[in-house]
Amino acid sequence: MSRLVQQLVNGTVLGATIGLIALGYTMVYGIIQLINFAHGEIFMIGSYAGLAAYTYVLPDSVTRNPWITLPAVLLAAGAASSAVAVLAERLAYRPLRNAPRLAPLITAIGVSIALQEAVRLFYPGAKRQLSFPRIISDRGFKVGDVAIPWTSVFAVVSAVVLMLALEAFVNRTRLGKAMRATSQDRETAKLMGIDTDKVIVLAFALGGALAGVAGVIQGIRFVSLDFHIGFVAGIKAFTAAVLGGIGNIRGAMLGGLVIGLVEALATEYIPQGGAWKDVWAFVVLILVLTLRPQGLLGEQVAVRA
Amino acid sequence: MLRGHRQSFRGAPPRLRAGRLGIALLAATVVLSACGSNKSETQKGADGNGSDKIVKIGVVAPLSGALTAIGVGIRNGADLAVKQANEAKKIKGWKIVLAPEDDTATPDVGANAATKLSDDKAVMAVIGTLNSSVAEKVAPILNNQHVVMVSPSNTNPSLTQGNDPAKKVRPFEYYFRVATTDAIQGPFAANFAYNTAGKRNVVVIHDKKTYGQGLALQFKGQFEKNGGKVPTVETVEPDDKDFSAVLSRVKRFNPDMIYFGGEYPAASLLTSQADQQGLTVPLMGGDGIFDKTYIDVAKQAGEGDYATSVGAPTDQLPTAKAFVDAYKAAGYADPYSAYGAYAYDAANSIIEALAKVLPDQSKIDDALRVKFRQAVQDGSLDGVTGKVAFDEFGDTTTRILTVYKVDGGAWKPQKTEEFK
Repeated sequence: MSRLVQQLVNGTVLGATIGLIALGYTMVYGIIQLINFAHGEIFMIGSYAGLAAYTYVLPDSVTRNPWITLPAVLLAAGAASSAVAVLAERLAYRPLRNAPRLAPLITAIGVSIALQEAVRLFYPGAKRQLSFPRIISDRGFKVGDVAIPWTSVFAVVSAVVLMLALEAFVNRTRLGKAMRATSQDRETAKLMGIDTDKVIVLAFALGGALAGVAGVIQGIRFVSLDFHIGFVAGIKAFTAAVLGGIGNIRGAMLGGLVIGLVEALATEYIPQGGAWKDVWAFVVLILVLTLRPQGLLGEQVAVRA
Repeated sequence: MLRGHRQSFRGAPPRLRAGRLGIALLAATVVLSACGSNKSETQKGADGNGSDKIVKIGVVAPLSGALTAIGVGIRNGADLAVKQANEAKKIKGWKIVLAPEDDTATPDVGANAATKLSDDKAVMAVIGTLNSSVAEKVAPILNNQHVVMVSPSNTNPSLTQGNDPAKKVRPFEYYFRVATTDAIQGPFAANFAYNTAGKRNVVVIHDKKTYGQGLALQFKGQFEKNGGKVPTVETVEPDDKDFSAVLSRVKRFNPDMIYFGGEYPAASLLTSQADQQGLTVPLMGGDGIFDKTYIDVAKQAGEGDYATSVGAPTDQLPTAKAFVDAYKAAGYADPYSAYGAYAYDAANSIIEALAKVLPDQSKIDDALRVKFRQAVQDGSLDGVTGKVAFDEFGDTTTRILTVYKVDGGAWKPQKTEEFK
């Protein structure tokens, strides 16, 4: 029993981070139907920005206090990722806004490679694996036989809080209303006086900030980072977004959770499951897409006239 | 509205677009010329005397990516040997130029690097690769072009002895290595774990790569033969970060040690996450985890972990002192790491052979390559890591290995022994 619970915990923690990255995919897709393949790199940049803030900006006297360091590092990562995401939108995607859909898609792959190489070449020491500071203790507590590190608690709590905040923003505020309107029909929204360009920038900024936070969470959990962490994370998060129903905020989170749990449980219960865990994650994806093509919670993209 | 947008895009002033293109091209040129100037600098550094003919030694190793720490050590070790040979005018009438290529520890990238190097007719030999999986792609390419390859670190047995251990056949005549194979390293680790460390119940995990899997299974075979128990063999993805699921799974077996076949990026995370789950038994691995980065990442969780590596500890060998001093004096930014000294020996075995066949030659042709290969095969020198000589399969005749243990934030040698 405790083994099952332990694996559920492992899966939930893994899923929470994937879900947090998936939110960015889903938001951008919901509004401009672009699969932003560079989103995994935005996540990676968050991780590096957090490390840079810790190493180069915060004085030693501060870094000893996690209550100041953690928010500062999260803020730096969120801001940097957000800025890079907005920059990518402005420079790479906006000029192609009305081009055939394949063009921005391929551009996104280009942006992804460019960002990865930029970090590799220009971040000091990034050519090798760097270690991330232990801002939160890597110890934890035990419930019966189930070990739960504090870093995992932090990962899950922050993912859930951020998802709820995002949902409240989209459903309760004026700007959120503008986002929903833009995602339903961009042309009409524009006719109604909504500055759709601003709304699109907002979607990139928010998605970027969430990915940046996810980057710090990953850094704290795994106390190391290298410049290609974005690729695997991006693929899994994209899968999560599709699984949950792309364009759907809760769907992204649920999709992440399902992938995390499938991986953990496959490792535990299927012989040699660890070797095949990615396969099982994609088997679930294929099953869901065959039986329910709109994803678990349904796609939320308006059919365009 | 949609049309209006499109028109405004199409209607952008042509000069503006041309201007943007211009900036992009300019940026590209700057980047390219920056790379170019780097290269010409290193060539100039090695040339010195303009009248000498040029022979090149390639290096294929990870110079970027997760395994950079070890790869850069290999390049620097080779670079040092080449510099010393040029200064001493080891080969009359010829200058040696080092041609390093980055393989990012990826087989396909390594294959491209090998193709590029073998297209260059001045390249007689290549030092590398770090990874056995990359060597599987690189060795056939170089072998076909009659370019000698000497690896400082490939440990998978199949590279020299073929896939069937019962019927040894050398697959690549032009492939040599100065590292001891996993057929020796794995059992060596198993003997240490059973006899010296007193472990009886060891969980084996590997990353499915040529190196990791080969090493892990060699360990398992010998450990079980010694009477130990291996309750399960688990696998992980080398690029994974989250190993909590697989660790939760192996906990049920109450192992007294984890043996990991793989490299330090995954191993360091594995040992930290094992600690977090309350699985505080030591982790043991091969030369792939024997790097300072492992300790930097794992910190406290790494204490008490073991690694085996080929040869005796570089900084304790009396023969290696000259190498360590010269390396320091040369002022390389990065440490020589696990394989710098082996790359240095590999380079010297090549240089010795070149010195035998090159001096009275006017140009490099295939007859010379055949002669050169034989010279490498027959060569023998006292290297900094021990005697450097090759058996009929291209394997080193030296079978010395060392067990290291993390103690107080550093790898400390525990036991050096010749494996029989």
